[in-house]
Amino acid sequence: MEKILQVKDLELSFNTQGGEVKAIRGVNFDLYKGETLAIVGESGSGKSVTTKSIMRLLPENSAEFKSGEILFGGRDLTKLSDKEMQKIRGKEISMIFQDPMTSLNPTMPIGRQLTEPLLKHQKISTSEAKKVAIDLLRLVGMPKPELRMKQYPHQFSGGQRQRIVIAISLACNPKILIADEPTTALDVTIQAQILELMKDLQKKIDTSIIFITHDLGVVANVADRVAVMYGGKIVEIGTVDEIFYNPQHPYTWGLLSSMPSLDTEDAKLYAIPGTPPDLLDPPKGDAFALRSEYALKIDMEQNPPFFKISDTHSAATWLLHPDAPQVEPPLTVIERMKKFPGSRYYEGGVV
Amino acid sequence: MAEKLLEIKNLKQYFNIGKANEVRAVDDISFDIYKGETLGLVGESGCGKSTTGRSIIRLYDATDGDVFYEGENVHGKKSKQELKKFNRKMQMIFQDPYASLNQRMKVMDIIAEGIDIHGLAKNPAERKKMVYDLLETVGLNKEHANRYPHEFSGGQRQRLGIARALAVDPDFIIADEPISALDVSIQAQVVNLLKELQEEKGLTFLFIAHDLSMVKYISDRIGVMYFGKLVELAPAEELYNNPLHPYTQSLLSAIPLPDPNYERNRVRKSYDPAVHNYTQADDVRMREISPGHFVQCSERELELIKAASVTN
Ligand SMILES: Nc1ncnc2c1ncn2[C@@H]1O[C@H](COP(=O)(O)OP(=O)(O)O)[C@@H](O)[C@H]1O
Ligand SMILES: Nc1ncnc2c1ncn2[C@@H]1O[C@H](COP(=O)(O)OP(=O)(O)O)[C@@H](O)[C@H]1O
Ligand SMILES: [Mg+2]
Ligand SMILES: [Mg+2]
Repeated sequence: MEKILQVKDLELSFNTQGGEVKAIRGVNFDLYKGETLAIVGESGSGKSVTTKSIMRLLPENSAEFKSGEILFGGRDLTKLSDKEMQKIRGKEISMIFQDPMTSLNPTMPIGRQLTEPLLKHQKISTSEAKKVAIDLLRLVGMPKPELRMKQYPHQFSGGQRQRIVIAISLACNPKILIADEPTTALDVTIQAQILELMKDLQKKIDTSIIFITHDLGVVANVADRVAVMYGGKIVEIGTVDEIFYNPQHPYTWGLLSSMPSLDTEDAKLYAIPGTPPDLLDPPKGDAFALRSEYALKIDMEQNPPFFKISDTHSAATWLLHPDAPQVEPPLTVIERMKKFPGSRYYEGGVV
Repeated sequence: MAEKLLEIKNLKQYFNIGKANEVRAVDDISFDIYKGETLGLVGESGCGKSTTGRSIIRLYDATDGDVFYEGENVHGKKSKQELKKFNRKMQMIFQDPYASLNQRMKVMDIIAEGIDIHGLAKNPAERKKMVYDLLETVGLNKEHANRYPHEFSGGQRQRLGIARALAVDPDFIIADEPISALDVSIQAQVVNLLKELQEEKGLTFLFIAHDLSMVKYISDRIGVMYFGKLVELAPAEELYNNPLHPYTQSLLSAIPLPDPNYERNRVRKSYDPAVHNYTQADDVRMREISPGHFVQCSERELELIKAASVTN
């Protein structure tokens, strides 16, 4: 499969009054053409900063690339000038956020907001741009789009505004769409419509999507692959089935167990104890060790490397070291593993 | 679970009455809340969940209808003294713990506010001890008493909100989306805390939410609202296994679950209110289909539901 984007050994810090916030501490992943990669993890784990660094949307006075590269179309995005970056932003890579008003201008009719990127990045006339804009609105399911071009953002509902933002972000057929919690503020029924819309559009224009969310239900719905982030690092990455049915990192176990499934009985919900690490002074070894009942002695001292479970699946936990003791995952996780051919709990049948 | 704590009867809460922008936020709903249970209330934003909670607790004067608390009418004419008594029994916790806590007050005074209003502490030492105990109850500690809300994480602030509600030793708590703004792992911590408190203190909860999997987990019974009306009410398990109102069916079919295989096969149903084809003559109201399972329907729909349940 064709790699559209490669993030290699990325380290990024914020220089703040309180000191250096080590927000991204060595992140590696590839993004393939046409796939959806979901990034999950608790707030503060570095999901937004990772993607904003791809878009170069971080405050220049405090954010600092410490090392690594972000390769896109043969170029390292961390090294581009602002001017070069502007040509990429909104054209080849675009981004949508949780609050559609982050991307919309409240004082400008939505029609103009749609035609502007088209006129900026493509050689077309105003009337052609208008036509394309109307088509885009129709594409995202806006009824009577001709009549709504002159309306302002406040004249639309939250779900409609997010559709408009999606239309704008897709205006130039970007190679990559980054969606940062795009449905978190929406009702489930509207969320379902937006997710279906994104999947349809992805099929049509073969965009690669990086989808950030903390809702594991949404991940299971949209993702081809999943990266689990914790404390500024990816701790596990694999196909959606590998992450949900054969997870290996205790943090992934914790996340999966803390969500009630619809058939969770009255048993107490598993809650990961404590809070994420302070990135001003990140722990030396495995950042999750302090909250993990599975922590080994070595976790306190040495950061675990990635261990490969399959060609598509790896996890950074000392539990996968050949000399590590074998541990039993939480019961809810074992239930999941029973469905996964290749897991040691597999009970037959296919997923 | 037979004893009623609250009876909500034909409650209506309209805004901007008689104007062009009149909103019937709550439009004639009736239900009971039993002692010691958690009643979940779900529905999409704007359907009237918060207004229902706020009317029950008398943050608004109801447009019409009654709320009985242990048989006493909360919405009838009441002396200040009597109202104060109700205010103590019913407390509310909110979605955004940050906005609901006074930023300029120390945790000690935020939590003690109710204690002061109701004169529950005999002296400053006792007041202090009560606050320390409350902090411990919600999983914080007494060192936190001298801090300000902005020094806390989202999950910790929600714990402060819970401590403040518990300070007056209420029987009934309305939790309005108390976990919606929190991370999954922190949600689990808060939900476990609420459940523990309920068991310890025999609390009754009205739990308002739009996250349906958490609601199912925490609730004994669930009510579904749509445009100011209650359209279905049933034991939690029954509602998920056997949703009868087409709106409930559509809502449930829209929830993504953390299970890729289920997601590949999930079929979403959409709801169009026109399917009911109600006429003026139809007597549309909540009807009991099986013990404890109520659905808003007409007589004609009732027959259809009954026929379908026979063939199943
Ligand atoms: N502008 C900034 N200045 C200082 N620290 C920041 C800034 N933006 C983010 N951070 C810190 O970087 C870490 C990662 O944040 P973020 O990527 O936003 O997390 P999330 O996974 O919730 O999206 C957090 O510790 C956050 O406090
Ligand atoms: N104080 C108010 N004045 C006017 N309209 C209101 C007021 N409070 C709520 N509403 C309206 O009442 C309806 C129900 O709102 P609400 O109870 O907040 O819904 P929910 O909590 O289910 O999201 C909405 O249409 C809302 O805009
Ligand atoms: Mg974020
Ligand atoms: Mg509300």
